[in-house]
Amino acid sequence: MNGPHDLGGAHGLGPVAPEKDEPYFHAEWEKRALGITLSCGAFGAWTIDESRHARESLPPATYLSASYYEIWTRALETLLKRHGFVSQAELDAGHRLEQGATPKRVLKADMVAGVLAKGGPCDRPVETAPRFTVGDRVRTKNFNPETHTRLPRYARAKLGRVEAVQGSFVFPDDNAHGRGENPQWVYTVVFDGPEIWGEGVDPTLTVSIDAWESYLEHV
Amino acid sequence: MSEHHHGHGHHHHHHDNHFTDMEARVKALETVLTEKGLIDPAAIDAIVETYEMKIGPRNGARVVAKAWVDADFAEWLKRDATAAIASLGFTGRQGEHMRAVFNTADTHNLVVCTLCSCYPWSVLGLPPVWYKAPPYRSRAVIDPRGVLSEFGVTLPEATRIRVWDSTAELRYLVVPERPAGTEGFSEEELAGLVTRDSMIGTGLALSAEAVR
Repeated sequence: MNGPHDLGGAHGLGPVAPEKDEPYFHAEWEKRALGITLSCGAFGAWTIDESRHARESLPPATYLSASYYEIWTRALETLLKRHGFVSQAELDAGHRLEQGATPKRVLKADMVAGVLAKGGPCDRPVETAPRFTVGDRVRTKNFNPETHTRLPRYARAKLGRVEAVQGSFVFPDDNAHGRGENPQWVYTVVFDGPEIWGEGVDPTLTVSIDAWESYLEHV
Repeated sequence: MSEHHHGHGHHHHHHDNHFTDMEARVKALETVLTEKGLIDPAAIDAIVETYEMKIGPRNGARVVAKAWVDADFAEWLKRDATAAIASLGFTGRQGEHMRAVFNTADTHNLVVCTLCSCYPWSVLGLPPVWYKAPPYRSRAVIDPRGVLSEFGVTLPEATRIRVWDSTAELRYLVVPERPAGTEGFSEEELAGLVTRDSMIGTGLALSAEAVR
């Protein structure tokens, strides 16, 4: 979707302003937001792709003014309601009011180390050979789905070259919407700065994305 | 965003009758989920402790320092970063599929996630606020030198800049150049020169004088 999250190349958003000796958290609630988000992810009720899509689907003004932990929290509320674990009435009341859905797993303290160490690998075998090889000239597709995609706007309909075949991975454009993992080959595709940004760009710049096979066409 | 930033040395005191919006919102969420048996508050404590105490940029610094002193390890890191990094004990969430990219005399690497906040947690820990915020995500791909200047980094005009937009599940670790004058440094001393930002590409490794 052409949402507020797709920020590459946008202007006017201000200086980066790195904070010296930045603490891990700026408020206690951020710690809880992190832990709650990861705990609920362990339910196994949604995928990382669905959660990313919930975040980018926040109203643009909210998305752009929120801290990332606020984005996580708001999106988590959406996911918890969508999957029947909590109701808006419960969130409003701040207490349990009803029986909700039962998750496959509840993350207990003694499971944390193992779950974090295991992570969630999303490489999957595919039966077809890669359509592209290192050095191929490719053009990214031009499309504007209202649904989830990981092809940023700035990199659509651009000429690039395949630099690496990275393996085969779950296809987020489908997986975010419950259409299955449908894995595809993923390639690192590198673009010259002028191809993306046109005249005036830093002549030393190249930019790469990691692109699923269906984002690419032979040139 | 900024209402939760406080000056260094200050501590924000919480009062039960003076929650901010997000404090109240997260408190409500945690309470509902706990009452429904869906989360274990002790698990949340354990997650927070993990990323405050155990998983952070010192992990990545050890990887880089080893690559600087051990050519075989550096070669392995280039070829199969996930396995090479796992050999030092760093695995797991948001580090499942690692790639290491090496700065050279003529190329500087910079990592960003323009679409969200993808970051190699297993080696760098939790991402800093600026990495997840719109200014960095918007400008890293179009004006990397301008971004670098805000980190106090100026590269030679001829240095090529390669920006890696983490649009898939590969997570990138920049291996900065080993600083001059560090011959004979121990691996531990070298690791002390490797900053978090140097492994994102928004910084360089510290100079030799920083530890000796």
